[in-house]
Amino acid sequence: MAGMTEMKITEEEAMPEARSADSAVEPARHRPMGATARKAVERVTELGEQTVGEVRCENPFIVTENVDVYYGDNHAIQNVTLEIGKSEVIALIGPSGCGKSTYLRCLNRMNDSIESARVTGKIALDGQDIYGSDLDPVALRARVGMVFQKPNPFPKSIYDNVAYGPRIHGLAADRAELDDIVHTSLDRAGLLKEVKDRMDEPGTGLSGGQQQRLCIARTIAVNPEVILMDEPCSALDPIATARIEDLIDELSQDYAIVIVTHSMQQAARVSKRVAYFHLGRLVEVDETDKIFTNPRHKLTEDYITGRIG
Amino acid sequence: MTANRKNSREIVEAGLARRRRKEATFRATGMLATAVGVIFLGVFFGTLVMQGASAFKQTFIKLDVEMSESVLAPDGDLDLAYADFDGLVRDALRRGFPAVSGRKERRELYRLVSVAAGYQLRDELTSDPSLLGSTITIWVPASSNVDMLVKGNIDPAIDESLRPISDAQAGWIESLQQADRLETRFNKALFTNGDSREPELAGIKGALMGSFYMLVVTVALAFPIGVAAAIYLEEFAPRSRWSDLIEVNINNLAAVPSIVFGLLGLAVFINWMALPRSAPLVGGLVLSLLTLPVIIIASRAAIQAVPPSIREAALSLGASKMQVVFHHVLPLALPGMLTGTIIGMSRALGESAPLLMIGMVAFIVDVPGGFTDPATALPVQVYLWADSPERAFAERTSAAIIVLLGFLLIMNLAAVIIRKRMERKW
Amino acid sequence: MQNLTLILLLAAMAGGAFYAGRRRSFAVVGGPAHGAQLHSLPGYYGYFTLIWCLLPALGLFFVWVLLEPKVIVALIVQSLPDPQRMVSEGELNLLVNNIRNLAAGDAISGDADAVMRDAAERYNEYLAASRRVLATLTLGIAGLGGAIALRRIRPEFRARNRVEQVVLYLLIAASSIAILTTIGIVLSVLFEAIRFFREVSLTEFLFGLTWSPQTAIRADQVGSSGSFGAVPLFTGTLLITTIAMVVAVPVGLMTAIYLAEYSSSRVRAVAKPLLEILAGIPTVVYGFFAALTVAPWVRTAGEAIGLEVASESALAAGLVMGIMIIPLVSSLSDDAIHAVPTAMRDGALGLGSTRSETMIKVILPAALPGIVGGILLAVSRAIGETMIVVMAAGLAANLTANPFEAVTTVTVQIVTLLVGDQEFDSAKTLAAFALGLVLFVVTLCLNVIGLMFVRKYREQYE
Repeated sequence: MAGMTEMKITEEEAMPEARSADSAVEPARHRPMGATARKAVERVTELGEQTVGEVRCENPFIVTENVDVYYGDNHAIQNVTLEIGKSEVIALIGPSGCGKSTYLRCLNRMNDSIESARVTGKIALDGQDIYGSDLDPVALRARVGMVFQKPNPFPKSIYDNVAYGPRIHGLAADRAELDDIVHTSLDRAGLLKEVKDRMDEPGTGLSGGQQQRLCIARTIAVNPEVILMDEPCSALDPIATARIEDLIDELSQDYAIVIVTHSMQQAARVSKRVAYFHLGRLVEVDETDKIFTNPRHKLTEDYITGRIG
Repeated sequence: MTANRKNSREIVEAGLARRRRKEATFRATGMLATAVGVIFLGVFFGTLVMQGASAFKQTFIKLDVEMSESVLAPDGDLDLAYADFDGLVRDALRRGFPAVSGRKERRELYRLVSVAAGYQLRDELTSDPSLLGSTITIWVPASSNVDMLVKGNIDPAIDESLRPISDAQAGWIESLQQADRLETRFNKALFTNGDSREPELAGIKGALMGSFYMLVVTVALAFPIGVAAAIYLEEFAPRSRWSDLIEVNINNLAAVPSIVFGLLGLAVFINWMALPRSAPLVGGLVLSLLTLPVIIIASRAAIQAVPPSIREAALSLGASKMQVVFHHVLPLALPGMLTGTIIGMSRALGESAPLLMIGMVAFIVDVPGGFTDPATALPVQVYLWADSPERAFAERTSAAIIVLLGFLLIMNLAAVIIRKRMERKW
Repeated sequence: MQNLTLILLLAAMAGGAFYAGRRRSFAVVGGPAHGAQLHSLPGYYGYFTLIWCLLPALGLFFVWVLLEPKVIVALIVQSLPDPQRMVSEGELNLLVNNIRNLAAGDAISGDADAVMRDAAERYNEYLAASRRVLATLTLGIAGLGGAIALRRIRPEFRARNRVEQVVLYLLIAASSIAILTTIGIVLSVLFEAIRFFREVSLTEFLFGLTWSPQTAIRADQVGSSGSFGAVPLFTGTLLITTIAMVVAVPVGLMTAIYLAEYSSSRVRAVAKPLLEILAGIPTVVYGFFAALTVAPWVRTAGEAIGLEVASESALAAGLVMGIMIIPLVSSLSDDAIHAVPTAMRDGALGLGSTRSETMIKVILPAALPGIVGGILLAVSRAIGETMIVVMAAGLAANLTANPFEAVTTVTVQIVTLLVGDQEFDSAKTLAAFALGLVLFVVTLCLNVIGLMFVRKYREQYE
């Protein structure tokens, strides 16, 4: 079964792969300095235990130390250490099956629902161990929201979609407050203008891009501190993608955002830092500029220049 | 923003305990619901085995019978069909208990032994005429009440008037036990006899053969017709209103109450076509109509599972559509079709309601020997015995059910094995 | 068994025809070496001959066998002297039956008089003659058909196309049997029901409150007309169905939820097959269990808390029927739950819903049409269920909603009216078909609506 899912992903990625070829050129063109700098540094070539670059950051909010994830006998993530700062956007990139989505799903314990999954190591959110026995994943997920690859609005009205989170958590004391939360969230997601006259219509009736923004509104209605995004634009057209990217930019003022993406332009456009995963290992982490202009690991370079995809 | 967040974190934390309790209740309810079915199954099989296991054993009594000519042929010529073999049994019992006197007591004594004893003696003498005049030692089946007492199904402690065994009879039984003249053995009669009014003589062979003949008819009709229908609908039928109608119709037929098929059988096969009542032939016809939808649905699924690339490959080599179907699609879909057919057959084997409509509930002693002989079926036998008030029949009903479930289990296992073994990954 | 001999003979002829056809195809091109000159493979010429030999003969055979008894009986009745013919239809049927039994050498009811013995003798004569003619005709037609086919074989003859055409017609015939079955059900139930409604008005049947179908045998007997108000049967069916659904729907649904959402795969691997076993137990076995085990329990339990419980209470039958339906509800709910995309579940969990909140507020509402469809199918199953109620519910047509009393159902009455000796034309017997019509129509509606729900819902997420 694992083999089949992998196959499928590869097919879907045929496109981003093609795009990634020129994405490697693009940052280089914009920053001509990179080409010269690239030659100066000696490259790491093996896929070793050690992550290249700077895994630490100042003012860390999420700290993951030596995280391993197993699906049954499959060692999906190996010894990943990474810090994510408050109000920074970090992009996770890498070829399919490299473990970037798995890593993302560790951060709000969405892997819990997979029976065979096992996580070891330490993941702390704001100093609190999220795999600690005293922590309820429900409370964790209220703090760490998630946006999925395919827009997944509930088969309910637009209003109820956004109101869902506040309702289950009891965030609104009365209807007026709930209305307020719904409106604010839709507004922040840039969707309010388009839907304010049809709040009672089903959320599934919106266009793909609108649906994804609805899902973002739904997520921020719970008032999280971190938003995880698992390839949020992979099912959208370029215009809708651009709107979401703008939105991510705005949201990054208030939230730590971890985004998994296949598109290197997207990573370059929205993120402050980039983490490159390969075969379950975190190969390289650094400032976005540095990664795209001057990758220090051979594998990173191969990936961003389109040699592996 | 930060203050706001702190606020909502507190609210979420505050609600957690309540939500966890709800979660736990919901989960426990689910577990309980799952347990209901499983527990029922356990209780069900438990009571069934407890009630039915003893029916596979039968109590026998050892008698020393004198094949006395004066009893069998008082006027000189021996006619085996009318000779008084019961008299021999009575003589033997009297000799065994010389102390018993008085008409009432003696009659009670005679009731220890089944009426089958007389038949058994006749069979002995028929197979070996030289036994006439000699004394033979023979194990004969005890009557059902004795059987029940020995198996512990009658409580000797309760008041005498409330149980079918008198104190005197209980005493005789005990003395027989002490003299090693009473034994429980495997109940062969259960598998070799037809139905009977006497529990100790009643067997399921008639019902088994009835079910067998019916299933033969059902397989012979439903399998080829079902497969042919599935082939047409999947491979040849143009997508039209008509094929939609057939499709809806087949799905509906699969959900029509079985008793309605019984009404169909009664009106069409018996009243209109004047086929014989109570015949396995008619039962088989009704059951094949009943299982046809099951087989068609399973066969269509099996055909759908054959990848189109195989059809295209064969077509591209110049095979006709019919050749593609019969040379390639059918062999590949056959395991799935067989599995569906076996499942359909197991449903047919357990079906009884439509059989009641076509007269297969008659009391039939003879084991049917053909498709038009009056017969009953195993589940109908269960129904008939379940209606009988005697305790001994309740035991035999459970035994018949165990046999029926055994057959169903074998059929379903066969289906699983075929599916597993022939499973093909595309 | 004479017919069996005939069939075997026919089969032998068909085999011969196949080989003759094959050989003939070689012969027309001058031996197997020139087989390539044939339009079709030689086997197809064989099949072509076989079809011509077998099909017309078999068709004749079945029509003949079907009509034979009717024609003979008509002839016998025609030949009877007037006094015997001028009796009521029922008595005539009895007479014909006796004649037939006499002819077969079986015991008959009453004494056989000279007229009857005469008739029986004639019956046997006609039968023998009929069989002789049938055998001659069938074998003759088979031979003729084969010969015609053989004559038509030429090298350019398109045997394969012809054979395939016939096979296609056979396939069409097979698939139309499903339609014929439905038509057969509708017609057989409808005709008898119409005859019933000639004697008893439709309004009395549908709205009458008293059900006592015991019509007297002779018209001059006291209380000769039974009453056929079926309302107590409908309410009884409804009561037992309701009890069954009260058991089956929550338990089945929660089972499906538990197995889909909470249980480990090991528990699932055990529980699912066990539920399938529950679904595979014949209904007669459930009936036995309901009547002999559950009904006494219910009674004892009821008496322990001071309730008066009938020994054949609706509750016992309903409970066991509910258990029987659990697997159906749980498997259809399981399908519906699994059809909801996992993205929906992830979305809810990602927002911090507990599993129960995810299930109740997101997945179940999304799966609702499928679940409702499944429940409708389950209701239809409960209404049509026969053996459990025949064995565990009563015959008394009480108009009550008290689950501790005995009630009777539509299916129980159908069985009671049709099992045992019966006159085919009495209102009592016909009433069973009227009930059957109601049963068929109601379950058909439930099935159509239920299947529509299930199908629509499945398409929604595909």
